[in-house]
Amino acid sequence: MLDPILQLLWIVIKILIIVLPLLGVVAYYTLAERKVIGFIQLRVGPNRVGFKGLFQPIADGLKLLTKELIFPTKSNKYLFVIAPVMAIAPSLAAWAVVPFSPHLVLSNVNAGLLYVLAMTSLGIYGVLFAGWASNSKYAIYGALRSAAQMVSYEIAMGFSLIGVLLAANSTNLSDIVMRQSGGIWHWYFIPLFPLFLVYWISAVAETNRAPFDVAEGESEIVAGFHVEYSGIMFGVFFLAEYANMLLLSILVATLFMGGWLSPFQGIPVLGALFSFVPGILWLFLKAGFFAFVYLWIRATFPRYRYDQIMRLGWKVLIPVTIVWLVVASFGVHFHIGPWFS
Amino acid sequence: MNCIKKFFKTFLLWELLQGLKVTGRYFFARKITIQYPEEKTPISPRFRGLHALRRYANGEERCIACKLCEAVCPALAITIEAEPRDDGSRRTTRYDIDLFKCIFCGFCEESCPVDSIVETHHMHYHMNERGQNIMSKSQLLAIGDKYEAQIAKDKAADAPYR
Repeated sequence: MLDPILQLLWIVIKILIIVLPLLGVVAYYTLAERKVIGFIQLRVGPNRVGFKGLFQPIADGLKLLTKELIFPTKSNKYLFVIAPVMAIAPSLAAWAVVPFSPHLVLSNVNAGLLYVLAMTSLGIYGVLFAGWASNSKYAIYGALRSAAQMVSYEIAMGFSLIGVLLAANSTNLSDIVMRQSGGIWHWYFIPLFPLFLVYWISAVAETNRAPFDVAEGESEIVAGFHVEYSGIMFGVFFLAEYANMLLLSILVATLFMGGWLSPFQGIPVLGALFSFVPGILWLFLKAGFFAFVYLWIRATFPRYRYDQIMRLGWKVLIPVTIVWLVVASFGVHFHIGPWFS
Repeated sequence: MNCIKKFFKTFLLWELLQGLKVTGRYFFARKITIQYPEEKTPISPRFRGLHALRRYANGEERCIACKLCEAVCPALAITIEAEPRDDGSRRTTRYDIDLFKCIFCGFCEESCPVDSIVETHHMHYHMNERGQNIMSKSQLLAIGDKYEAQIAKDKAADAPYR
């Protein structure tokens, strides 16, 4: 009788252990974004609140929490409130299957990759609900753009994941990482390099980040789907976007860059030298690099025009993935290299 | 050949990497932000801020009520009334500058034959109530007394170019 309750409690504690630090990292990721973009533009970024501006995210959070929530006239109140929840829930839920190190994973499900794909796709409903419920033309434009864009890039993203499935012969994320063990030349970004690029580009597009941020497009449709949101409801959308970015960074690291595996594995001296570093640190380093690339890209590239986004998704990325899937299939069939054994 | 080169350049995101290289270099460049209240940019001796009326070293006010500044002022911000003083010299009885009208062109300073009306470096002033925008003669003289050292220094620095 008591056992299931204890088990449930243990699961809740494990979820909190993942989600609470995650929200902290997300908060500081927003500060990192402002700092990185500031540095690239020869500015110093926020440095007033606390030591070197380190309390800036806390100040921002408090500001959002204390602001008034405004419901637009004739908005659908029910959907309006539920939309931010719909946006953040999948982006947090997807972390359940992320393998942080060989034994550190909340739920080691066999269909982990499918679960992640499903969860990252669900985030679009939050955006769509927000656009619809706001009763505003800018919001609905943003939501429609975002929906079309995410559906288009979902396909390219799914195809590039199929490449990983072919190579790893498993949908379990831990298994996928284990199949890449043996050294940096075993990692999947080498045999699946085009898929790696496509996955990364789709990841940027999926999270509606620059240069694919037409859904927000502050210079054309003000702020897109969240134009009518204020206070902490906007804050939740913000958190969802950054949690998604971090999730996709960590997924790229897991699927293509060997997850928690050390890059020095299999190299005679260095491998032994760095064997003391825990796997979780390697994973965070790799994911941190990709998270930085997100900001770097945002500070570098101008926004795509809408038709250019569609052209890139349908006419470039999807054909590239299909071609490379055929190549990867041959690789698997003939057991080429250390990757497709 | 060119076609193949272009194909590889496109699919290896060559141009995008070039762009990232530029921004990546600037990421490590020296930051040029000036932390304003603590740090300030240098100010030219010709800077045109709040006005002031100057005095001679013996305490006599410089202004001789020639009204050249009033005539040259393009915004009609200066109002002057003059009368003979007890010792027979011509002096102003009223010298008002409306700071809301003033465009800080510096023509008054240029036109003044006795270097009486000047514009100081002072720029952080504010008005709490209506009417405080009109600077009276006594206020302007007080500002001149306060910043005389700085004004004299600026005039000396600018003198070789006049």
